[in-house]
Amino acid sequence: MPELPSDNKLIRDYAHGFVTPVEEEVVPPGLNEDIIRLISRKKEEPDWLLEFRLRAFRAWQRKTEPRWALVTYPPIDYQAIRYYAAPRSLSAGQAVDPEIARTFERLGIPLDERRRLEGVAVDAVFDSVSVATTHQKILEEHGIVFCSFSEAVRRVPDLVRQYLGSVVPPGDNFFAALNSAVFSDGSFCYIPAGVRCPLELSTYFRINAAGTGQFERTLLIADRDSHVSYLEGCTAPIRDENQLHAAVVELVALEGATIKYSTVQNWYPGDEQGRGGIYNFVTKRGDCRGARSRISWTQVEVGSAITWKYPSCLLRGDDSVGEFYSVAFTNRKMQADTGTKMIHVGRRTRSTIVSKGISAGESVNTYRGLVQIHPAAERARNHSQCDSLLIGDRCTANTFPVVESDNPTAVLEHEATTSRISEDQLFYLQSRGVDPETARSLIVNGFCREVFKQLPMEFAVEAVKLLEIKMEGSIG
Amino acid sequence: MTNAPQPLLQIEGLRAGVGGREILRGLDLEIAAGEIHALMGPNGSGKSTLSNVLMGHPDYEVGAGRVRLAGEDLLELSPEERARRGLFLAFQYPVAIPGVSVVQFLKAAVEAVRGRESVRAAAFLRELRETAAFLEIGEIFLNRPINEGFSGGEKKRMEILQMLMLRPRMVVLDETDSGLDIDALKVVARGVQRIAGPSAGVLVITHYERILNHIPPHRVHILLEGRIARSGGPELVAELERRGYDWLREPSAAPSG
Repeated sequence: MPELPSDNKLIRDYAHGFVTPVEEEVVPPGLNEDIIRLISRKKEEPDWLLEFRLRAFRAWQRKTEPRWALVTYPPIDYQAIRYYAAPRSLSAGQAVDPEIARTFERLGIPLDERRRLEGVAVDAVFDSVSVATTHQKILEEHGIVFCSFSEAVRRVPDLVRQYLGSVVPPGDNFFAALNSAVFSDGSFCYIPAGVRCPLELSTYFRINAAGTGQFERTLLIADRDSHVSYLEGCTAPIRDENQLHAAVVELVALEGATIKYSTVQNWYPGDEQGRGGIYNFVTKRGDCRGARSRISWTQVEVGSAITWKYPSCLLRGDDSVGEFYSVAFTNRKMQADTGTKMIHVGRRTRSTIVSKGISAGESVNTYRGLVQIHPAAERARNHSQCDSLLIGDRCTANTFPVVESDNPTAVLEHEATTSRISEDQLFYLQSRGVDPETARSLIVNGFCREVFKQLPMEFAVEAVKLLEIKMEGSIG
Repeated sequence: MTNAPQPLLQIEGLRAGVGGREILRGLDLEIAAGEIHALMGPNGSGKSTLSNVLMGHPDYEVGAGRVRLAGEDLLELSPEERARRGLFLAFQYPVAIPGVSVVQFLKAAVEAVRGRESVRAAAFLRELRETAAFLEIGEIFLNRPINEGFSGGEKKRMEILQMLMLRPRMVVLDETDSGLDIDALKVVARGVQRIAGPSAGVLVITHYERILNHIPPHRVHILLEGRIARSGGPELVAELERRGYDWLREPSAAPSG
């Protein structure tokens, strides 16, 4: 069963495409109230959480799948998906299964603290459950809660209950409702007032089991004047089938708090014919609830067959700041419809949008953005910059920036460009001895520079390497 | 010496053009190591075509002829291989590469030309800073995206900076003097004098006498309608300034069908 694809080229293209041979405990496929009750029971959840799930499920049943995005895919049979899979060794309550530890090792995420990543605490999520969270001791010394979602429900139920669904309500949209009904695990983080988190916090999501979806939930609360930088990474095995990943991320920044949330998304994108790959349908939203709070999203999206995500900021506190920095690379038959929403409610709120779309192969890459200025948002400001780079002539890039302003004092700027790697730039680099492949990757990295420089140093280096690998062979 | 030294750059009967139009019509030119040559000619005579063909621009087609660098056939090689063999072209209009700093650009270039192993990061940066200072380029420029928002003079200095960092043996300056004020011109000349020497060849392509006062050539060639119409010593420059190009046009060179 733990088959490795025989096609060597695939393995070369997507080094994370292996399967871990662990025995998993799964629920039968299908979605109904009984399945939800079963998941909740397995996780020994309190009644209020089961109620939350059931409310979401009923909302989901009334909703229809969104069809406005520029992506096409055959209908998803939601009754054919398994909504829960967990390594068996884990449910037995043992230490981390060596196979799973090896998996994360292979992905460059050692769970062994003696060989930990410098300055990074990791919560590792394997299919539906969190398998390990490192660096607990240092974090506890600062009063920081960083653990799996399930553990948070046991450890800090009041915090979870207070904030869960407060940014993305259970019935927010079709996929958020689905997630709210069946989410199995994810990461929880609380930074107490005045604390500057001494480590980079990181969640690593890994889909392993076949025929399952992954529905994780991240809830991050930064109390007054605290500061945290958070990074998530994702990979999955190479499989011919499409797998659904419908996550929800909620961020809450109270007065004076800063949250920096970075994502390197490298889900399996499917093969050259467009077979297989992850459907990445994700709802991410941050609430700048307090004055002078700040939420910054940085995303490097290089994987998934289909990406549908719009990390957004609700700028409620006066003088709060929202930022969105994005690189979305699509190749082959990948489709990405991604962007952001900046909702300005508070006075003097500011937002910045920098989106860099790179399309190659026969892919479709769409930026979709909304900047909304509410009547009370005196002197709000937004600067948006959306650039597209086309590689080859079979790909498509679209840009849909929407601005709605109900306050005349708002200052809004928008710039957009579409370009190709020019022959003259290539020739210039070649005339300096640089081979065309290196030249292209240098040009593309230059194109992404404003976004990469937002990433924590070591991840910026990773992102550059990852993009280089993804670009190999993308140009005929 | 028992035999004549092999020319560093040897162009024989070169015919080339762009978009189906022949511009170079049998050009011959030889430059020996240690020599500085000037190539002058009016607009449309083929000066830029020559520099593009030498470097291997993909839009230019070669119809006939040979170009050798130190005996090796250059026309068979890709642009990057030519650069690695020691050919350098200072562009008339260098392009910008957004987001790629001068440091990144030069690191990639130096690694490609001089070899990754031979260049350590610290030594590279030291050499780059020293060379920039020599060319009066502020250190702040090194972290800016190459040629983005640079003035004409700044771009030309960047070309000279690249030249010094890559240590070529054959340099072609394509109208590097155009649009330069006198101070910038002196800096460019200083850079070229540093690279010129017993083992390197320099070809200065220009419209004007001015740059040649700062980079005195050993030989001067006049390009007309895709061919060398006359070659001579430095005195040819003064004659050209006085008489223009028309006296060089042979009656037979006029279009006759």
